[in-house]
Amino acid sequence: MTGMFATFGLPEFFAGIIVVALNVYVLTGGADFGGGVWDLLITGPRRERQRDLIAHAIGPIWEANHVWLVLVVVLTFTAFPAAFATLGTVLHVPLALLLVGIVLRGSAFVFRSYGSRTREQRRNWGRIFAVASTLTPLLLGVVIGAVSTGAVGVAQTQIGTVPFRNVYVAPWWSPFPIAVGVLALALFAMLAAVYLAYETRDDALREDFRRRALAAAAAVFVAAFGALAFAHREAPMMRAGLVGSAWALPFQIATGVAALTAIGALWRRRYGVARLAAAAQVSLILWGWALAQFPYVVPPSLTIRNTVAPRITLVIVAWALAAGAVLLIPSLIYLRRTFATRQAR
Amino acid sequence: MTDLLAARSQMAMSLGFHIVFAEIGVAMPLMMVLAEWRWLRTGEREYLELARRWAKGVAILFAVGAASGTVLSFELGLLWPRFMKFAGPIVGVPFSLEGFAFFTEAIFLGIYLYGWDRLSRRAHLLAGIAVAVSGAASAVFVLMVNAWMNTPTGVTMAGETIVAVDPVAGMLSPAAFPQALHMVLAAYASTGLAVAGVHAWMLRRRAARGFHRRALIVALWVGAPAALLQPLSGDISARLVADTQPVKLAALEGQFATERGAPLRIGGWPDAQRATTRFALEIPRGLSLLAYHEWNAEVKGLTAFPRSDWPPLAPVHVSFQLMVALGTAMALVSLWAAWVGWRKREIAEQPWLLRALVVVAPFGFIATELGWMVTEIGRQPWVVQGLLRTSDAVTPMPGLIVPFIVFTLLYLVLGAVVVASIAAMVRDTADEPAGGDAREPLEAGA
Repeated sequence: MTGMFATFGLPEFFAGIIVVALNVYVLTGGADFGGGVWDLLITGPRRERQRDLIAHAIGPIWEANHVWLVLVVVLTFTAFPAAFATLGTVLHVPLALLLVGIVLRGSAFVFRSYGSRTREQRRNWGRIFAVASTLTPLLLGVVIGAVSTGAVGVAQTQIGTVPFRNVYVAPWWSPFPIAVGVLALALFAMLAAVYLAYETRDDALREDFRRRALAAAAAVFVAAFGALAFAHREAPMMRAGLVGSAWALPFQIATGVAALTAIGALWRRRYGVARLAAAAQVSLILWGWALAQFPYVVPPSLTIRNTVAPRITLVIVAWALAAGAVLLIPSLIYLRRTFATRQAR
Repeated sequence: MTDLLAARSQMAMSLGFHIVFAEIGVAMPLMMVLAEWRWLRTGEREYLELARRWAKGVAILFAVGAASGTVLSFELGLLWPRFMKFAGPIVGVPFSLEGFAFFTEAIFLGIYLYGWDRLSRRAHLLAGIAVAVSGAASAVFVLMVNAWMNTPTGVTMAGETIVAVDPVAGMLSPAAFPQALHMVLAAYASTGLAVAGVHAWMLRRRAARGFHRRALIVALWVGAPAALLQPLSGDISARLVADTQPVKLAALEGQFATERGAPLRIGGWPDAQRATTRFALEIPRGLSLLAYHEWNAEVKGLTAFPRSDWPPLAPVHVSFQLMVALGTAMALVSLWAAWVGWRKREIAEQPWLLRALVVVAPFGFIATELGWMVTEIGRQPWVVQGLLRTSDAVTPMPGLIVPFIVFTLLYLVLGAVVVASIAAMVRDTADEPAGGDAREPLEAGA
């Protein structure tokens, strides 16, 4: 922990900003994906109303929440270009599939809403929307899991000397990254269910999503312990950080408290509290990953310091970030307010 | 198909798709704001109707542009990781600024769309202006990246790696202003004249006159001035290419030999084997005059450079010729419209002008695609002129034909989304009163 603060400078600030942007993306865009998961698992007597509620919560073609993902991409290639190059090279397959998922999901949503003539067409596009919503968070988790094992960094150094499979498939197609993918999926599904239960005015629907949120919270527990078990073998650094380091215990306690608060609040139908606690839980898990991996961007050899762009680049972008924040955050709040009052009517 | 060609094709397809929506995202908000401003000035309902409809179109096309832009931001790393490792610290700055401009555009577009009854009229118009300004700013920042790839500045090299960067100098490379100007004008000219063409078509079919007449005029106010200025901007660009990328100039003009008083070639097919451009109509000394504004200026020919530095000749030369031809047609039709307007004649009453507007409607988007082919293929074999070859920038991953096919299918789906969304929008608004015919007698008196 002390080492972490001893080396805190502009490069670490940028790494932090990237995690913040990823955090916002997970809390907003993640819930959009989670909505699609519930669309896939739709059951019970209120199917159509459930579907309408989910559809109402997300935008067609391309949700505005993806701007945070674009911010993550742009800041990564600006501040840590060598790390970005490695990610793009070794993780080409899952990242390309992630993109396909994002685009297909938004497109299928459009076709389901107003491109379909028959009920069957509608159902098929709805299925594509739901499947893409499920696979995309899985891939996002797989990418993060793969990076944290160190296999991506190793594969980059082996390009040209080992078979295709070893460089471009093996680093992500293994139990730990897939377990992280399942964890991401469970977290997004939980977020979506909690948000939907909070937002709807229909009591029956609220109960539906309350039960779903509780089920997803249980799935999160299972997936988290599963991932931790695989970490023992595949991601020892991750495990050492999350279990053995000085900050690990308070961090684990905080995450556990958030998780139990979310479940308790759902149980007692306190949806406002549940929403905050679920968001805190997801954020703490993300930051736990980031801290356990510190100071590596792509372990085992690409660190924040040895992949960072020249200082002048960071200084200019930092000023742009500051100016952007001053300008954009008030406008964003204003937009949300405009949007909220419109929906309330 | 080699991996390099597959990667280039995928990138070309992605940019070729995105650029149309990027252009619309730059120009449509300006038209939407102009219509709203006319409504505030005149109180005529048709202008309000127009602003609302165009805003709906902007929302759909903006979302498609955002989706294809998201894909592009990933593709930079998926296809060109070594370019990003090399150039990230310098192109990252304009890309970050573009990100903010895009964010601003998205936020204010949201405010504009959902704020019709919530904001004061003035605040609503200002939100629209913010959309139009940030859209144009996005284009300028992206063009700064491309300009740097053509005329890289602000980098200190040691061997093949960059050791020091000056991102501000990189953003203000020599090509930055000419390229940004050319692209922003292209966006206004292409979109303005395309929309004008649609409404000219509707007027030919005698649909809601009052509505389409106003739509035509607003679209022409955006498209025609830009189309008229574009040849001047093209001249600035061409002279810069002559100075900074002589191989590209030689390729796009089909100039093989270095000569003084070089002719301007119209048409023709460059024959690399015989080192000559065949079947071209030659205007004596024309090229020297255009490229350097001097009758006898020396123009460097392709043979002055090693064959390994030549771009593919035929696509560059033919694309350039077609782009100029289409741009010229657009400028002439715009001049005609300007003349009619200046004589205080009613443009909507000129059947031949309306026909001409319908014909040139798609020219701008086609010319834009051709122009991108000129600048991108014309820079080959370099991705960063003189510093990094495209073959050294591509990902080492083999089998790139597979992502090329997958993304081709993905863009077909996105293209279908555009068609479905626009069709649904037209269906939704078809029943609404267009505010046209019933009002006709009143207008005649006004």
